Amino acid sequence: MTTRVFIPRDTAARSVGADGVASSLTIHTRDRSLDVTIVRTGSRGLLWLEPLVEVETDAGRIAYGPVAPGDIPALLDADFLTGGEHPLRHGPTDEIPYLAGQQRHMFARVGVIDPLSVADHRANGGLVALERALAMAPKDVVAQVTASGLRGRGGAGFPTGIKWQTVLDTPGDLKFICCNADEGDSGTYADRMLMEGDPFLLIEGMVIAAHAVGASEGFIYIRSEYPAAVETMRAAILAAERDGWLGAGILGTDLRFTLQVRVGAGAYICGEETSMLESLEGKRGQIRPKPPLPAIEGLFGKPTVVNNVLSLASVPDILTNGAEAYQALGLGRSRGTQVFQLGGNVARGGIVELAFGVTLRTLVEEYGGGTRTGRPIRAVQVGGPLGAYLPTTQFDLPMDYEAFAEAGAMIGHGGIVIFDETVDMAKQARFAMEFCAEESCGKCTPCRVGSVRGVEVIDRIIRNEDRYANLTLLEDLCEVMTDGSLCAMGGLTPMPVRSAVRHFGEDFERPVAAPTSGGQA
Amino acid sequence: MPTGVRQQSETWSEDRVLAIATAHKDERGPLLPILHEIVATFGYVDARCVPVVAEVLNLSRAEVHGVITFYRDFRTTPGGAVDLRICRAEACQSVGANELLADAKRRFGVATGETTADGRLTLDEVFCLGDCALGPAVMIDREVHGRMDGERLATLVAQAVAQAVADAPTETTAR
Repeated sequence: MTTRVFIPRDTAARSVGADGVASSLTIHTRDRSLDVTIVRTGSRGLLWLEPLVEVETDAGRIAYGPVAPGDIPALLDADFLTGGEHPLRHGPTDEIPYLAGQQRHMFARVGVIDPLSVADHRANGGLVALERALAMAPKDVVAQVTASGLRGRGGAGFPTGIKWQTVLDTPGDLKFICCNADEGDSGTYADRMLMEGDPFLLIEGMVIAAHAVGASEGFIYIRSEYPAAVETMRAAILAAERDGWLGAGILGTDLRFTLQVRVGAGAYICGEETSMLESLEGKRGQIRPKPPLPAIEGLFGKPTVVNNVLSLASVPDILTNGAEAYQALGLGRSRGTQVFQLGGNVARGGIVELAFGVTLRTLVEEYGGGTRTGRPIRAVQVGGPLGAYLPTTQFDLPMDYEAFAEAGAMIGHGGIVIFDETVDMAKQARFAMEFCAEESCGKCTPCRVGSVRGVEVIDRIIRNEDRYANLTLLEDLCEVMTDGSLCAMGGLTPMPVRSAVRHFGEDFERPVAAPTSGGQA
Repeated sequence: MPTGVRQQSETWSEDRVLAIATAHKDERGPLLPILHEIVATFGYVDARCVPVVAEVLNLSRAEVHGVITFYRDFRTTPGGAVDLRICRAEACQSVGANELLADAKRRFGVATGETTADGRLTLDEVFCLGDCALGPAVMIDREVHGRMDGERLATLVAQAVAQAVADAPTETTAR
């Protein structure tokens, strides 16, 4: 009888050698005439254990990791194909504390199933939500999503149901569903992992959205830095079409919805929804002023739903288990679960899906286990390059949109990047401005010019030229950018800058170091 | 999973550009897919493509030029045989990305965004490869490598260059 062994094909796992492990296992099991079937899955999200290899046994799936190609002979000697003891063994995967304590909804199947197997999708709860949605009137589907309290996972946290209702209510013979998979924020990788690990979940969410608002065409806009996600989504679209739930006559109904992947071209700003629409239209990714809202005049001027990957991937769970079950999770007006992503200088980096309300401390200390370097944590940046830097004194903040906003911070897309005590926060503030200058679309002056001036002002502060006058000037500049920019790029770049000044002021008052050769070192 | 897959670039041909543009012209918003295919085919977007694409799509040359120059992926000069991109976003910075980049510039004798004199390597920075828990991350051609250090990077680049040189006179490696 063949033994099934699961090895991730996720980009993160492959970046630390999962392909080498798979070939090593193939070679050594062939040499020993062992009957093994290797299934390439997504990643369970326990990234510090990658490559994580799981073996299917009578006692469930047993995890070993991190496995190097050279470990395979010793693992086979230890009978790991039947779950044998070995220093790399972690026991049943589902019982690993990091995983056991999570509330996996969106990520329930990522790392478990074969991402491109339609049979796996159906056998693991797939299409239940779509069938249920198709039996409902569109307005009832929208009502379910509204009742769930689902808010957009891209960062802004706008209620998804209200957006859908607007598109449903706007007359039009052509409407679009656009999935924003331009996940450019540093420290975020959940969209990528979901697309690589459970692409059918996203497609199912998009088909439900199409039925709910009356859309006939959809696009998934994926950044070009994610080639594996592009390949997986394209293959999944073809498979869903062949399986009869994408294209014409979906699951035997009149619903027709076609879907295609579009690839970005290396512009961070295209993660902003109107900029993404411009890019999809084949133009420079310059943002559009709002109004008009994309829900009314979106892609090619037509009513358009623009949702993040995780928002759309939340929808099947809501339809399957009901809006009440979803609504029961969370804190305040932040309902359901969020996929938090631990990154940077972290001992145990990975995916932690939990209901809103969990504290930053629990995520960073209990799950993350502190820094990889072993030095004390000095700062964490939450919500990507436009999010605030927070000191350890803020670690009791609950993960909740409103609580974070009140603290001058944001949850954004749920990325948490950890820095140890060696970080220079004046340099990080400078980088925030530098990044904005590099990535600004150029449409509005506060962002395009303000960011360049911001770099210059911070340089003068670091060099101790009229330091206090320049700190005042920096605050003025931040105010202008926040209030005067058209979109979040210029509007939020001041957030990391101001938070660095506010919480780590001492880094802006350091004695000037002896001249170096210049640039980063 | 394929590793070291590299497409050999074709030499510039107006007919080929015309064929690419024509094949996509009835899609919605065809310009980006066309430009991506041009880069995949020739390795860069030659200035001679602009009037051809503009004509097919009934756009002005200025519009096409504007799109090409807006996006980082649409390079307008040929790159090196191997494309190395080092992530410089915050998560990778927290584990030494800036030092890795500085080391790579010294080691390979090339500035960010430039190609070595022998045409073998293009070095560039990138902001996030989605490998934020296993940084510093780099991308060599289409492959992401995590937990990178200077020594290992030198080895991987040397391997990629050797393979590119070996592949150069022969046909495209199949996927």
